[in-house]
Amino acid sequence: MNNINTILTIAFRDVIKFLRDRTRIIASLIFPILFVGVLGTSLQSSLGNASGKDLLTFTFLGVIAQTLFQSTASGIISLIEDRENDFSQEMFVSPTSRYSILLGKVLGESIVSFIQLIGVVIFGIIIGVKLTLASIVVLIPVGIFICLFGGAFGILILANLSSQRAANQIFPFIMLPQLFLAGVFAPVNNLPLPLMVLSRIAPLTYAVDLIRGMYYGGKIEGLDIINTPVTNIVIIAVLFALFLVIGTYLFVRNEKNR
Amino acid sequence: MPGILSFMNQEAIVVKNLIKRYKKATVNAVDDISFSVNDGEFFAFLGPNGAGKTTAISILTTTLSKTSGDVRIAGFDINTHNNDVRKNIGIIFQNPSLDLNLTAEENIRFHAVLYGLYPFYPVFGMMPKAYKDKVAELAEIIGIGKDMNKPVKTFSGGTKRKLEILRSLIHNPRILFLDEPTTGLDPASRKNLWQYLKEIREKNKTTVFLTTHYLEEAEGADNVVILNYGKIVAQGTPKKIKDSLVKKYVALQTEKPEALRNELQTFNKEFTQEGNTLTVYIQNGGEEVQNLIKRIQSPLIDIDVHLPTLEEAYLEIITPKEASNE
Repeated sequence: MNNINTILTIAFRDVIKFLRDRTRIIASLIFPILFVGVLGTSLQSSLGNASGKDLLTFTFLGVIAQTLFQSTASGIISLIEDRENDFSQEMFVSPTSRYSILLGKVLGESIVSFIQLIGVVIFGIIIGVKLTLASIVVLIPVGIFICLFGGAFGILILANLSSQRAANQIFPFIMLPQLFLAGVFAPVNNLPLPLMVLSRIAPLTYAVDLIRGMYYGGKIEGLDIINTPVTNIVIIAVLFALFLVIGTYLFVRNEKNR
Repeated sequence: MPGILSFMNQEAIVVKNLIKRYKKATVNAVDDISFSVNDGEFFAFLGPNGAGKTTAISILTTTLSKTSGDVRIAGFDINTHNNDVRKNIGIIFQNPSLDLNLTAEENIRFHAVLYGLYPFYPVFGMMPKAYKDKVAELAEIIGIGKDMNKPVKTFSGGTKRKLEILRSLIHNPRILFLDEPTTGLDPASRKNLWQYLKEIREKNKTTVFLTTHYLEEAEGADNVVILNYGKIVAQGTPKKIKDSLVKKYVALQTEKPEALRNELQTFNKEFTQEGNTLTVYIQNGGEEVQNLIKRIQSPLIDIDVHLPTLEEAYLEIITPKEASNE
């Protein structure tokens, strides 16, 4: 019971902090809107119209997966920053389990990602992404799934970083390549072998592919989809469990053994 | 079992042969230190930057693992009873640990929930009455009243520190760790804070473990440990440390140094002369000074009794010998 209270407290704190930080709210909208609005629209008007495919929706779905995944992961990594000069010092000396702290953080950052998403979805609808109520209903549980996945990925990264500076330097190197390898903007079905391998290693690939698969209702429309949603769910579930267990174990160990 | 517990309750902190070597380090940050702190004691842990104070305090408060040695806090082994140790201690960190974007009340609420005192509700109104009463009480003590619902970043440094201390006390810790609690505060806030800490100690009989660079804050400590290069270089009561290290003297200024000089020679006192000022070394305290002054006939312009401070003793201890040769 106490653990649930701890998890809720930590999650709620993250949400409040986000809601009170106007700069962060605006900043969190800029990239997704830029990706969907500028990149998606321009892809559509050049390539999409020529090939008869809806590249705007394609990009939009990719950006949603990427936003949820990345924002949850980077939120978790903020624990490093907090650890040194914030309320988190308090969390770590309080009589609560480290697992509760991490779970609370994953939950909180997942909610934060979802709040960010509201703005992106509204923007998407305005510029003409085909989103029906039914598709939104399907996308919500998928989104939650992706957030948890991103959270577990964040814990794995976090466990291996020692300082905020290291995090700031390394995180872009981990996220940016995934942006391209996972096919957020362009299909990754047919790639030269080296890129193909890298693409299939990038965890984000499966999140992006899953959200598209669910949106298109499991139908593989030529270039759009790599795996069926069921395959993706299985892959993500396995990776999630691995990241979470290994990451938490390493984090708890490294946190004290310095 | 109760017998063992009550025996252990005598000592709030027991540290035996504690060693910490960081990964990849070639020297020990904390090098085989042993000391103990009794229940209710005011204990000061001193030393220059990099002496290993923060390392030691991190180990004692369970956020850092030790390399070897034994540490018991409130009777619990820090290795095997992590959570019991945490329940029994309150900590004021060197860096502020308030969440500046949250209100004072939210900071307190989150702390209270993390310590399992109350269930969590997202809105203050939904929290149990006992909690609301507690918050009202704390607001009164800090003197912030309605500001309890303002973000902490709008508070002054002194108020923030006070809030942190209050927050760390709501789970009634037996031991309060204060890691440089007054750094960055103005003199008035510092004085105010110490007054408040004194009241807490008297009221709750809380054991206080203090690290500080303001040595006058440690003058009132029951016991002091001075750390340098990870080793204990002095320990005992402040008086003992001062007595063993610093000379007490009275400096007498006169217009007739020759006359005074002759007089002092007949008293058989050890003294030095520098122009018009004669410095007489004394062994004991005020009474000896009084007797000395009574016997002096030569007119004096100024009398300066110098009793040692902990700061002088401290500087003498930690200053490298070559440098202290004047």
